[in-house]
Amino acid sequence: MADPMKIRASLVGDSTEVKVLMSHEMESGQRKDAQGQTIPAWFIKNVTVTCNDRTVLSAQWGTAVSKNPFLSFKFKGGAKGDKITVTWTDTRGDTRTDVAAIA
Amino acid sequence: MDRRRREWMQSRGGVALVAVLAAAGWLKPARGETQLWNSAAFDSHSDGDALKALGSGGPTPSKDIVFFQTPEIAENGAVVPIGVTSNIPKTESIAILIEKNPNVLAAVFDIPSGTEPTIATRVKMAQTSNVHALVRADGKYFLATKEVKVTLGGCGG
Repeated sequence: MADPMKIRASLVGDSTEVKVLMSHEMESGQRKDAQGQTIPAWFIKNVTVTCNDRTVLSAQWGTAVSKNPFLSFKFKGGAKGDKITVTWTDTRGDTRTDVAAIA
Repeated sequence: MDRRRREWMQSRGGVALVAVLAAAGWLKPARGETQLWNSAAFDSHSDGDALKALGSGGPTPSKDIVFFQTPEIAENGAVVPIGVTSNIPKTESIAILIEKNPNVLAAVFDIPSGTEPTIATRVKMAQTSNVHALVRADGKYFLATKEVKVTLGGCGG
């Protein structure tokens, strides 16, 4: 199981700013190990962010997203205390969901 | 790049074409249902192929797409901040493409209504390259480009 994400959601005026830091290797499939063997690709493919039950962002990622991915965006209609849920799924089928409240 | 890999990629060309057609579903992602991943687009090795796989043959250049937090020169290609804002009304999605990466497409962000068409993330860049932001708005495609110079690549080693 991967390490928890860091999620920060704060109300700025009438929009909610969401910042997420995930913990993932995001192995590109381009690198080789000390024996010259290609290290297989292993990365987050899908990310979904919901506010309560409303989807506010969904993303498809490729190998080019950096290790320990960072994501930031804003949406309207959030209120203090609303539940922000972030879920990712990687190429191995692993998934992780973390929740934070809008501050 | 070794030769066998290249041949393997070429032999997969036909498969990729079929996948492009299947991936047309990307245009109408079923919200909250099965997760989509446009493998044809993510497997593309040229920006032309990637744009096609994303459903856009010839996007219109646009000055209403703005890069922010994106450096002119990135010292470390493993972590390059990229921020994109679209000022085009009815923006539905934003994709980031890095022309000279082994796989051109880096990320696609779906922007539901109510979400501001502004996203920021960090990407890997193999070398100095043009970075494209492809925006779909009201079913049409728009493109903006910025060159980012990389002093240390982020894909090999």
